[in-house]
Amino acid sequence: MAEQIIFYILALMIAVFSVLAVTSKRIIRSATYLLFVLLGTAGFYLLLGYQYLFGVQIAVYAGGVMVLFIFAILLTNRPGENVKIERKDRRIAAGITSLVGLAFCAHVIYYNINKVYTLVIPAEQKVQEIGLTLMGTDKYQYLLPFEFISVLLLACIVGAIMIARKR
Amino acid sequence: MGDLFINFLSNPVPMEAYLGVSLIMFFAGVYGFLSRKSLLMILVSIELMLNAADINFVVFNRYLYPNHMEGFFFTLFAIAIAACETAVAIAIIINIYRNLTSVEVGELDEMKE
Repeated sequence: MAEQIIFYILALMIAVFSVLAVTSKRIIRSATYLLFVLLGTAGFYLLLGYQYLFGVQIAVYAGGVMVLFIFAILLTNRPGENVKIERKDRRIAAGITSLVGLAFCAHVIYYNINKVYTLVIPAEQKVQEIGLTLMGTDKYQYLLPFEFISVLLLACIVGAIMIARKR
Repeated sequence: MGDLFINFLSNPVPMEAYLGVSLIMFFAGVYGFLSRKSLLMILVSIELMLNAADINFVVFNRYLYPNHMEGFFFTLFAIAIAACETAVAIAIIINIYRNLTSVEVGELDEMKE
């Protein structure tokens, strides 16, 4: 019972704040609404039983990425200035596009997914198991993507410094 | 009425409820991507879309294959890649602002000063 109530509160929060994040006039408010959406997503991960993903989402997204966003906004925006939006006909076209897509996907989901109903949350995922799966080289184990991610992070650090440095 | 409400709340959360939330999030991102001019707002919209995809991976993993971990790891790697992408994109945006003193997409018609 409590889980259902928490789910519906989080769902409402995510839906409202994600719409507000793309419609608000001030860019710093958009970033704040995005932060609430990310926190709600973290709550979903916790409800589904992925504690590790909850921690990663809070630390990487709500911590790291949001700080980057806030700094970028403060560096590139004059205070009190509203964001420019597209012309009205383009806005209407964008709204129609997303509404049509929403209706189509909602139709697909409603008529195909409702056979699956049971949520089985197995015993709590152990961090040890996650670590062993991340470090193994067998089938369904992920050492190679892990190494690729480390190379990608290195390339990203070097690239970001190269792009943003002063000449 | 109250009985119906109690019944609704005591059933387990259906899968399509999670998918519906991520659907709203994704198309909010699409709308923002198409209707905003600031590069930072476009980046915010991309983050929304990536998050919706992450939720979908995890939900499918949990409901359809509860004993496997593929969706979990895909989401983990997707979060890492999204962090990389945001860092590089913000570096580019700051560089653009330094050169052109504007981050509106309509005014970015020259790449070099």
